[in-house]
Amino acid sequence: MRPWWPSALALVAVAAQPAIAGGPTPDPAGLANLVRQDCGSCHGLTLKGGLGKPLTADRLRHWDRAQLIHIILDGVPGTPMPAWRPLLTEAEAAWIANALKTGTLP
Amino acid sequence: MSRMITAAVALAALVLAAPLAADGLRGTGDLGIVVERASGSILIVDTSSRTALARVAGLGDLSHASAVFSRDQRYAYVFGRDGGLTKIDLLTAAIAKRVMQAGNAIGGAISDDGSLVAVSNYEPGGVRVFDADTLAQVADIPAPAVDGKGSKTVGLVDLPGRRFAYALYDAGEIWVADFSKGGGPAITRLAGVGKLPYDGNVTPDGRHYLAGLFGEDGVVHVDLWREPLTAERILDGYGRGEAPLPVYKMPHLEGWAAAGGVLLIPAVGRHELIAVDRSTFKEVGRVAAHGQPVFAVARPDGRHVWVNFAHPLNDTIDVVDVMSLKVVHRFRPGPAVLHMEFTPRGHEAWVSVRDSDLVRVYDARTFAEKGQISARKPSGIFFTVRATRIGQ
Repeated sequence: MRPWWPSALALVAVAAQPAIAGGPTPDPAGLANLVRQDCGSCHGLTLKGGLGKPLTADRLRHWDRAQLIHIILDGVPGTPMPAWRPLLTEAEAAWIANALKTGTLP
Repeated sequence: MSRMITAAVALAALVLAAPLAADGLRGTGDLGIVVERASGSILIVDTSSRTALARVAGLGDLSHASAVFSRDQRYAYVFGRDGGLTKIDLLTAAIAKRVMQAGNAIGGAISDDGSLVAVSNYEPGGVRVFDADTLAQVADIPAPAVDGKGSKTVGLVDLPGRRFAYALYDAGEIWVADFSKGGGPAITRLAGVGKLPYDGNVTPDGRHYLAGLFGEDGVVHVDLWREPLTAERILDGYGRGEAPLPVYKMPHLEGWAAAGGVLLIPAVGRHELIAVDRSTFKEVGRVAAHGQPVFAVARPDGRHVWVNFAHPLNDTIDVVDVMSLKVVHRFRPGPAVLHMEFTPRGHEAWVSVRDSDLVRVYDARTFAEKGQISARKPSGIFFTVRATRIGQ
């Protein structure tokens, strides 16, 4: 299957940085609630999408963790996906990216 | 509009309370539903006794859900995220009909004669229309494709004369579908109205359709009384060139104020509401608010507008006085205030507080809390009085 969202893919391929470890330990329950309930406003509680793209592991298989972290922290210009950097640490974004990539979000 | 609830049905429906009159009959004018978004269920609530009467489960994915009501106010039609359309009998607390009408949906509307239920879809895009009795499909109105997929549709409302209006998110258009002639709809298509209309609504008189834009600073206005229909831009450049703040939840256009001829519209990416004159559609003022507004819902008399906010400032409600355009009361119902609904003549406001698993009931004038109802991750609250209102 062709990767969806090709323009954004090109953008993040250039801009992606490796995840930075460290910082306070993420709170899995709090982050899972944030992703399900607040990200879920656009992406769906089941992550199957809405106004925002689906975030199921299958639909994210063309993306690597660093790209997802970048999108979470800095958003996608020209779309409603906001930058979460004011609210999330890099460690928290990395936890979310990992949970989405591996389909293990509680 | 009244009907006996049999004991057997009441048991099967997990009735939590039984506020029936001695004769076993009751009306539905003081009933409503509360969406429990995470568990795919709704509560049927009684706004007189401030209690939950029953829970109805099995409604699928309600992460974004809304509802409209039949003209007799007996049935609720619930629109789920996963394309489910469920007709619920409020008196027997049972699912009367349910169809999976699309892959991903955002909301719906019911025609003024109560015969058609229209649903706005993200996947496959477009709008589908159903017979309100049977939920059999009456019409499929695809939307033009953008990037190979049918445009998502938003802001679907009923208009007087068996019509619906909606906006095309990806395609940047506004369509009016007219079912007044019977058979298939006559479509009026207004193209090129602006980038990414994210929601739309019609004024309570059914005359003015407004669509908010996400992709640019502005709002699209269609005067439905003036033929041929044209889309005009209002509030152009309301952000005054300043970089927008991040928007962590899309604003909704619902429950507008109309007192003193003023509408209050959430500004996108700004912590303010824009006051618009309802006859000239020019800006007449701004209201500095606690955060990015999501809903700005007018008390039915129109004097006050209650406003909730996007994450992470979503524990607070601002009450705006439309005479002074000032916040006259600010309070914190709790974490994740998602929706507010007034009783029909506005003596009380019901507020869903998602992360407290509570619906709180407030006196709409003194702001005193008058009751609480336990609910699982409550989101939308919809009272049957909506059956009597245009655009709801």
